[in-house]
Amino acid sequence: MLKFPRLAIAPIACALWAVPADAGKLNLGREAKPVEVRAWDIDVRPDGQGLPDGKGTVSQGDALFQERCSACHGAFGEGIDRWPVLAGGRNSLKSERPEKTIGSYWPYLSTAYDYIYRAMPYGDAQSLTHDETYAILAYLLHMNDLVGKKFELNKSNFTSIRLPNEKNFIDDPRPDMPGRNMATICMTNCKSDVKITRRAAIIDVTPTDEKNPSASID
Amino acid sequence: MEQSSEKAMVSRRGLLKSVAAGGGALAAGSLGVHAMGNMENLPPNVADWSKILGEGVDARPYGTPSEHEKDVVRRHVRWLTASTESSINFTPLHDLEGIITPNGLCFERHHAGAAEVNPHDYRLMINGLVDKPLIFTLEDIKRFPRTNRIFFLECSANSGMEWRGAQLNGCQFTQGMIHCVEYTGVPLKLILEEAGLKPNAKWLMPEGGDAAGMNRSLPIHKALDDCLVAFKMNGEALRPEHGYPVRLVVPGWEGSMWVKWLRRIEVGDMPWHTREESSKYTDLMENGKSRRFTWVMDCKSVITNPSPQSPITHGKGHTVLSGLAWSGHGTIDRVDITLDGGKNWRTARIDGPSLPKALHRFYYDFEWDGSPLLMQSRAIDSSGYVQPTKNELRAVRGINSTYHNNGIQTWHVMKNGEIENVEIS
Repeated sequence: MLKFPRLAIAPIACALWAVPADAGKLNLGREAKPVEVRAWDIDVRPDGQGLPDGKGTVSQGDALFQERCSACHGAFGEGIDRWPVLAGGRNSLKSERPEKTIGSYWPYLSTAYDYIYRAMPYGDAQSLTHDETYAILAYLLHMNDLVGKKFELNKSNFTSIRLPNEKNFIDDPRPDMPGRNMATICMTNCKSDVKITRRAAIIDVTPTDEKNPSASID
Repeated sequence: MEQSSEKAMVSRRGLLKSVAAGGGALAAGSLGVHAMGNMENLPPNVADWSKILGEGVDARPYGTPSEHEKDVVRRHVRWLTASTESSINFTPLHDLEGIITPNGLCFERHHAGAAEVNPHDYRLMINGLVDKPLIFTLEDIKRFPRTNRIFFLECSANSGMEWRGAQLNGCQFTQGMIHCVEYTGVPLKLILEEAGLKPNAKWLMPEGGDAAGMNRSLPIHKALDDCLVAFKMNGEALRPEHGYPVRLVVPGWEGSMWVKWLRRIEVGDMPWHTREESSKYTDLMENGKSRRFTWVMDCKSVITNPSPQSPITHGKGHTVLSGLAWSGHGTIDRVDITLDGGKNWRTARIDGPSLPKALHRFYYDFEWDGSPLLMQSRAIDSSGYVQPTKNELRAVRGINSTYHNNGIQTWHVMKNGEIENVEIS
């Protein structure tokens, strides 16, 4: 009589040991306080979720941009050396050398808010106030000929600003290589003639290590 | 600039020629080739190291490679980026074997430098569409059930400099934005379940604790499938440059989604369209349209050795060809090799573990008769996808798509054993 309950209990215990993932909540971590979430939750979405209260004008943004941004991005967002170009480049996306700027390429203004507030100025991240971020964005919009010089950007008019290239983003259509499958692979006598068409040796931009010329790259 | 590069190329060729001709010790030493060596260490003599005591234990509490391997290091391309803190370097694939990349050689990609995080002050926050927003310490994360998995991580810009044509001489630079390690971590699913997902939870936004606050949108189906919150790589703590103390692992998907120094995961009902998934990591087509959310890394392979940085120095005779293949869709079914520019193909031997979304090592042994070769590898994955040629990719995508270049690589082996990066008809 006593044997039955013992046998019945043993398999259940085993099952719990084997699949701890299904054992329910583990009571790990602690609840995040609202003040903690508010401080760390800095992201902004295209629909405006996450936008803080604030405002800034083109002229305020101009002054801020010259002080905080122009050393890398140039006075007009033209980009110094290899630092990113922020303005211009409209109608360049189908050309030989596309210029991807906020005005020519970026799909959403919220992306620029999110990025500037969290990561700029480079090396001094999260040092801008929300008003300063709105102002710098207003100046960037102006440099891209998207708003006039008297424009003020704020939380309420933010989502009404649409960037020109938004409609040109499409979802990933891969696989996109027609006719490449195992059934059609050739293994012998696949070509009659082979010529070298391009060589890295001719446009050689392979890095070399000046300090140590015996490095393995050489 | 162009001229000095040309000069470097010429001098490299000069060295190779003298080696091929059985040249002097100076040339051999410069190439790291020990063709000559020190006669006093060679039979019938007995080498010094066979007579005297070597270093004792603890001479190097954390072991380092032999001094003769000092050139096996990550390298970057100076002209590629504006500063080293927002830049990338490359894994020395030509000097590695097997499928596991040593931690110190795994390529680095930072957007604002490698954050130095104190593990005692590390916190991971889960907020948004959850029943209860949570904060975890590192110790909390280590109390979840663990798993160990081997995955490759490839930057979607790998081979991106080759869209317009053969450019860099060496697979470290043409294919080296990849590594493959064993991760120890917690299924992301378990951490999300601890907070409790709301029914409308469709997307996550993992965010890094670095000064870039690196953030990406991750669809919930992937998060619940095979993503990990990892704290070890190859058995030891993550290196700072790889996200110490905690990073996200997103198997088979582009490296920029594997957020390092993971500080927060927000749960939402739509994607965020962050900078790194709109202005960057989107693929511009010839017609001006851009593909977004191009997450999966397609099937790809490369012959790692011989290759431009590892020329054939032994002359004619038995030659070992070694390479890597991988696919974000699963395992590698087969790798084919051609030595004559694609006229004829032979199937290579895959050696070692064959794991989904991990590197695969392949070999092809052959007798080299000393004549020029045009070597290529072509991988086929478990979904039946065949690695395309670069021209097939260009025909569909143009040359401005920057990312996801998984085209077939051609190496031209010259008579003297030197190898260059070329493209062929």
